[in-house]
Amino acid sequence: MSYVGSRVGRLEDPRLLTGTGHFADDEDRPGQLWMRVVRSPVAHATLGAVDISGALALDGVRAVLTGADVSLPPIPVRVSPDPGDLLGYLQPVLAQGRVRYVGEPVAVVVADDPYQAEDGADLVAIDYAELAPARDARTACGPGAPQLFHRLPNEVALVTASFGDAAAAFRDAAHVVELDVAIGRQTAVPIEPRSLLAEWDEARQSLDVWGATKVPHFNRRVIAGVLGIPPAQVRMHRCDAGGGFGVRGELYPEDILVAYLARLLGRPVKWTEDRAEHMVAVNHSRDQAHRIAGAFDSGGRLLAIRDEIWHDNGAYIRTHGLTVPELTVSMLPGPYRMTSFEATAHVAVTNKTPCGTYRAPGRYEGTFARERLLDTAASVLGIDPVELRRRNLLGPGELPHDRQLRALGTDVVLDEGDYPGLLERAVTESGYLSWAREARACRSAGRLVGTGLAVFLEKSGLGPYEVAEVQVDPAGRVQVTVGGTSLGQGIETVLAQIAADVLGVCPDSVSVIAGDTGMLGDGVGSWASRSTVVGGSAVLRAAEATGALARQAAAVLLGAGDAELRLAGGRVTLISAAQAGSQGQPGERAGPLAASVTLGEIAAALAGRPADGELPPGPLGARREFSVDHMTYPYGVHLAQVEIDRGTGAVRVLRYFVAYEVGRAINPATVDGQLVGGAIQGIGGALFEEVAYSPEGQPLTASLIDYLLPSAHEAPEVATLVTEDYPSGSNPLGAKGAGEGGITAAGAAVASAVGDALGTPSVPTRLPITPERVCQLIEASSGATGSA
Amino acid sequence: MTDAQSIRITVNGTEHELAVEPRRTLADVLRHDLAYTGTHVGCEHGICGACTVLVDGLPARSCLMFGVQADGRSVETVEALGTPDALGPLQQAFTDHHGLQCGFCTPGFLMLVTAFLRETPSPTDEEIREVVASNLCRCTGYQGILRAVRAAADAGAGS
Repeated sequence: MSYVGSRVGRLEDPRLLTGTGHFADDEDRPGQLWMRVVRSPVAHATLGAVDISGALALDGVRAVLTGADVSLPPIPVRVSPDPGDLLGYLQPVLAQGRVRYVGEPVAVVVADDPYQAEDGADLVAIDYAELAPARDARTACGPGAPQLFHRLPNEVALVTASFGDAAAAFRDAAHVVELDVAIGRQTAVPIEPRSLLAEWDEARQSLDVWGATKVPHFNRRVIAGVLGIPPAQVRMHRCDAGGGFGVRGELYPEDILVAYLARLLGRPVKWTEDRAEHMVAVNHSRDQAHRIAGAFDSGGRLLAIRDEIWHDNGAYIRTHGLTVPELTVSMLPGPYRMTSFEATAHVAVTNKTPCGTYRAPGRYEGTFARERLLDTAASVLGIDPVELRRRNLLGPGELPHDRQLRALGTDVVLDEGDYPGLLERAVTESGYLSWAREARACRSAGRLVGTGLAVFLEKSGLGPYEVAEVQVDPAGRVQVTVGGTSLGQGIETVLAQIAADVLGVCPDSVSVIAGDTGMLGDGVGSWASRSTVVGGSAVLRAAEATGALARQAAAVLLGAGDAELRLAGGRVTLISAAQAGSQGQPGERAGPLAASVTLGEIAAALAGRPADGELPPGPLGARREFSVDHMTYPYGVHLAQVEIDRGTGAVRVLRYFVAYEVGRAINPATVDGQLVGGAIQGIGGALFEEVAYSPEGQPLTASLIDYLLPSAHEAPEVATLVTEDYPSGSNPLGAKGAGEGGITAAGAAVASAVGDALGTPSVPTRLPITPERVCQLIEASSGATGSA
Repeated sequence: MTDAQSIRITVNGTEHELAVEPRRTLADVLRHDLAYTGTHVGCEHGICGACTVLVDGLPARSCLMFGVQADGRSVETVEALGTPDALGPLQQAFTDHHGLQCGFCTPGFLMLVTAFLRETPSPTDEEIREVVASNLCRCTGYQGILRAVRAAADAGAGS
């Protein structure tokens, strides 16, 4: 049977269900010290006198360091090979003379236990001469705004993307629809806070690190550079990770600090983040305002989209560089046909926590803006919203389609698919028309029920490459090592399925080691829904090469030609013997040669053996790299039915449906899990989640009491339709990636349904749609005479 | 802050005697002093529930309890529910119904539901949703967790 395509039970589960997994904070080393980070309590200030004497005098405190005590390079940009003009905006590991957001690391205290370290941190006395903060992207780019950096404008960059002649399209359009929309500041909030442990070995001049994930090979290179040792002397150990969603595993100041301090102090140094610091320290995301316009002809055909975006990046440029605004503009046209397009993003620094990627970066925001535009246009033009989309989606005959845009250093070429076909199926299989009828009936009865939908385009499978190694030991066990990392997405199971099919073994006889730099010297990582697409393809190639080697050896061991052999069930068998066996006769052939040989026996025969003429050189295994030039573009539809409580303004999602074309689902159960979990996370972003700041730049949502995640109460049942009609041509698996499509259109679909419930298709225009904002909308729509 | 107190605490049937500072949380005692690392800490302010353990049979947030408060009491953690080779019925239901992804919140849910099913062996779907809403999960969207608890209850895991 084929394991690829089956709902194979997850290999990760037994350890995770029994508390025997290894999360970073589970690791303790002998003689370990604990680090506590002293963080700025103010949004914008110059640093005055620092007094560390009180902290140093405290029992158990071993060291206190401020920015003046260290000379460390800033946090580099990972994504862009040439950060160029961004260099002046990079974050120092510890603040140098000035702080630019609440939560910025100013000093560290290292002590024998974490309680003492925290006591010590409380005693570090710092004078802050406060400055006015830059509060949001639009005002930060304007005249008279407080400047964050000497001789550098707050507007870091103007990111643009365009094709065709948008000005002409808008001039000649029969209808122009324009609106302002905004997506609030949000963050991923994995349930496991970050944790890092570093141990220096003076004799070997080497460092061991626990807690890295996502991009361990990149982080290793940076840390090795800081310490001035070869990357091979830094080992990032694999760990279980309690959710990634984009934020975990990027290189942060703390990654440098634990490594630096472990060597400086000659003892292992551990840091485990608490939730309050996580909320101000880890990357934020979203936080964009759009002025978006669409030009339509008299038949409701979209001619052009124009969008001016203000992207609030927080205080520094971190590892992602300009990734999020770049993806916002390049993915904004989505799955639609248009003759021209023009988008400009003002990327601004403000006195808030710096931003990076969060699941479906740029697409969650851009899909919201574009789909709100289409709902508004449908209302203005008097066309049904589904019909308007149907009319404007690129058809299967128009794909592949070169967008004439660039994203993440690649040309955006939309690969094969059937966008209108999936829309039809989603509408039919969800029962959307009956949802809408039901909603109308409810509204007639005075209830505020509505339906909405959004169509979206995703991207996945970013290159440049991934590395995988497959090895078989003499006991027949298969080990897969890969550069991607396990973030909870079930990647170990998926990669085991791929290897198991090729080698004809069970997935549970395959052990997968993901993201351990000690096991695999090179690799890229897990982000952008690339682990299955790129990592899985590397595993496929390595397993195929291993299988070929096994057959080559078996041909010698069995005295047969390759055409006479079959690799199945963990052994290479003579086809003649297998056929004899299937006819109910003894499978073993008489004579000196056996009828089959197991992978373990082959591994034993090849172990430690150089090429000796007959047998190929061992060991039994292979390492392969898989490279891709282009991304692949999965697509989908979200549909929602919601009810609004007229009294409180609370929105309840009654029904939710996600349709997604994934090319190939290696494990339908984990794909489904990604979509359902993503949808609920996206509904959180649609209705509840916002990182709020006071006018002084103080964070108002630094706990899970204030930053509201959906619980089982708020989570509707999510139905899914996963299609595999258009396997990707970019990789041998045909996979298109499944990690992000569950979240991408959630904000757009929920807003669409809320607008329908209120009878105001063009609002809401701002996420999250909090009860307070809904009450304002109800007031505005019911009392046209009111001042709201 | 070194006025450690001696406590006696039974964890999963094994008695431990140790000296702890009064301010040390039960979660830290379990994880870092006694090596029961299956109990996880997600927020340290009682919201997420990842650190849920049973104290004398009742679910408690071990981040909101001090170790000294567990003196003389019996604590159950996820390590008591089964082993990788022999999962308990609730653990089996979680894997069967894809009730976990990253697995960080999972021990808290398992302990919460263990106590719930002992008390309410035949719950309604609404009762299940109510109790599952006590803890936070960021990966699954709760669907698999709700199904797993339903299946475990139907299979008599709580009886």
